[in-house]
Amino acid sequence: MTEALLIKLAIVILFLPLIGFTVALFFAKKVKKVYLVEIVLIIATFLLSVVLLYSKLVYYPNNNITSEFQWINLGTGPIMGKVTVDLGMFLDNVTVIMMFAVALISMLVHIFSIGYMEGDKRYNRYFAYLGIFTFSMSGIVLTHNVLMMYIFWELVGLSSYLLIGFWYEKKSASDAAKKAFIVNRIGDIGMFTGILILFTTYHTFTFQTVFHQISQGVLPFNSETGLTLMGILLFCGAIGKSAQFPLHVWLPDAMEGPTPVSALIHAATMVAAGVYFVVRMFPLLSGGALFVIAVIGALSAFIPATIALTQNDIKKVLAYSTISQLGYMILALGVGAYKFAFFHLITHAFFKALLFLGSGSVIHAMHHEQDIRNMGGLRKKMPITYATFLIASLAISGVPLFSGFLSKDGILAGTFAFGYITGQWFFAIVGYFVALLTAFYMFRLVILTFHGKPRDQHKYEHAHESSFVMAMPLVVLATLSIFFFYTPNPVNPEAGWFLKWIKTPELVTPQSSRYSFMRSDAKEPASMTEIKSAEAGPEVMYSETYEDALHHAHIPGLILSLLLAGGGILLAFMFYQWKKLDPDKLANKVQPLYKLSFNKWYFDEIYYASFVAGTVGLSKSLAWFDNTIIDGLVNFSATFTRGFSRASGKFDNIVVDGLVNFMAYLSAFIGLIFRRFQTGKVQTYIVLVIFSLVILLLIFKTF
Amino acid sequence: MTHIGLNHFLVISSILFCLGIFGIVTRKNAVMVLMGIELILNSANINFIAFARYGNFGFQGQLIALFVIVLAAAEAAIALAIVLNIYKTFSNINVDEIDKLRD
Repeated sequence: MTEALLIKLAIVILFLPLIGFTVALFFAKKVKKVYLVEIVLIIATFLLSVVLLYSKLVYYPNNNITSEFQWINLGTGPIMGKVTVDLGMFLDNVTVIMMFAVALISMLVHIFSIGYMEGDKRYNRYFAYLGIFTFSMSGIVLTHNVLMMYIFWELVGLSSYLLIGFWYEKKSASDAAKKAFIVNRIGDIGMFTGILILFTTYHTFTFQTVFHQISQGVLPFNSETGLTLMGILLFCGAIGKSAQFPLHVWLPDAMEGPTPVSALIHAATMVAAGVYFVVRMFPLLSGGALFVIAVIGALSAFIPATIALTQNDIKKVLAYSTISQLGYMILALGVGAYKFAFFHLITHAFFKALLFLGSGSVIHAMHHEQDIRNMGGLRKKMPITYATFLIASLAISGVPLFSGFLSKDGILAGTFAFGYITGQWFFAIVGYFVALLTAFYMFRLVILTFHGKPRDQHKYEHAHESSFVMAMPLVVLATLSIFFFYTPNPVNPEAGWFLKWIKTPELVTPQSSRYSFMRSDAKEPASMTEIKSAEAGPEVMYSETYEDALHHAHIPGLILSLLLAGGGILLAFMFYQWKKLDPDKLANKVQPLYKLSFNKWYFDEIYYASFVAGTVGLSKSLAWFDNTIIDGLVNFSATFTRGFSRASGKFDNIVVDGLVNFMAYLSAFIGLIFRRFQTGKVQTYIVLVIFSLVILLLIFKTF
Repeated sequence: MTHIGLNHFLVISSILFCLGIFGIVTRKNAVMVLMGIELILNSANINFIAFARYGNFGFQGQLIALFVIVLAAAEAAIALAIVLNIYKTFSNINVDEIDKLRD
């Protein structure tokens, strides 16, 4: 396996799903079984990504492989300077692991969809859309520059739009698709502005070149504030795509799409693209930008977690849980726990995809019933679904032996360490509180769905375990939610292989703009030799202080998070299984809080009242302006032109036509006179001839 | 008794010419118009012969007069034929009423 071969492999992985998309879309109506092409291609994509993962991690664990070519060369312009655009690929451990996760979940969702979408009238088109989504997502993962990332970013937005609105006959589905697309646009405006700042400053889109230039001291607007601003603007894209706090409203609505789509796009991969983007640009984020990111992450972790407590739609609960978990990752990046953010991204992708596919299995069995108040007792009917769903719930709640515990504990330890060093305990408190809430609402969901007595007897009778194509992906994902794939030691991820592959990148921001603990102790800026030597000894992430704090945080953090997870699960059992406590009574006691949570903190209403109504009002006033002022101007000019034309018409009719008519009458008059001579009588002619002769003689007389 | 000279002939021929013109212009009958033409031709003949007699031209004048007489005969024949055809077409030979030339 040479490096060039790996790049070729990555290119093949990228374009295989696109071929599947093209074939499935063009033959969707003619060939019934064309979706099989897409499925075969996606399985091939997955196998190739396994090869890619293996060869990269085994043969080049410490190398970053880049391949690029010049796409556009506009030469040197007057304002922009040199304008060249390079396209290319960048393969490091983060890339190949992410690529593996994307390909695996995509393949499992394809297989699951064979059963779930059975009998749908746009069956082939559905698989075509999944194909273009996989293509775009692979593009985001594999690219080495921010421009390509932006292009694929919009492409995943498009495929998300197509798939949310897949059942577009339903008004709510098409509305949700539009909402998702528009809300994402708001974030993308920020991201686009950030890209423009980046390009005008560095004349390149390539991450590595930008990092290099920043480490040389080139800053946007020549100030650290400029760098912070650029980082926050780029992060806006992630806010939109990862459904973070102010723009999170689209994700719960996106659940109108088919459930496997929610698993693939709106839980595991696309929404994680925002986190992946922040992971990619992590070295250029200054302390200020990171702090903003941490605040947004904390809010996004907290608010949706409280909303998830009271929702009754199984998919909505999972959607809010997704936002909350993504908030965790963003928070982790914000407090500098880079490794654990990416770790959580991967573990979350697996167990959240599992939760969604499990809920899809339930929904399918219950004939599209999504309200958990009508479920219950499904444990006996659907043992595989129940077992896998339980594993995923244990993982997301942070119970040891499962993957979620490892990554979430790392994040919590990161916030703990951050609080220890900087005194900002806010993030740690939010993190731990959300861990409690997560355990509670997940087990509320499990108990209401699978335990107890069936509340809708009729639907319960008809429920049945899903077929092989739907159960197999659940089992695969459940296996991947167990600690063993990440580390041999179930309580300490540091010892595992996963974190050995993921290294926190060297920051390139100026020392003065970093968090105090991220300032490197070395006198000189980091150079290649230093990175090499750091690999030899125990890795120092940022500074000794940080390592110390992280080390101290590990044990208390671990115990606290265990207690909270256990407490949350216990509470859920008390409320819903053993009925020791009555949830309705509690809800009545804290009526305003309950209402706030049940109505999703009124975000939709606030946005409707402010932005939607504001936009409509603005549009109305603009329409008024158009109708009265612009139309008035146009009408005035029309009236004026008409009047002018009328006058000019009069001039034509009277003066010009008059002249012409006068000439005509004159000719007629002359003709009338001369007609007299033309009598037709020979004698008259002769008289005329003679007279003329006489006159001529008189004129020319010479005598 | 004055001597009869060239002027007398010329006056006679002029009178004859004017009468011919007068005949052509005033007469309604086509035959009368033809007679007017004959008068004009004859006035010309008189001129030729008078100049031949009093001028120093040899016999050329008389010869041309002979030609004119022959020509007049031919012309009269053709003209009478035309008049006959006119009569066939219009049922009269009144020149006043024949104004087809106007069209």
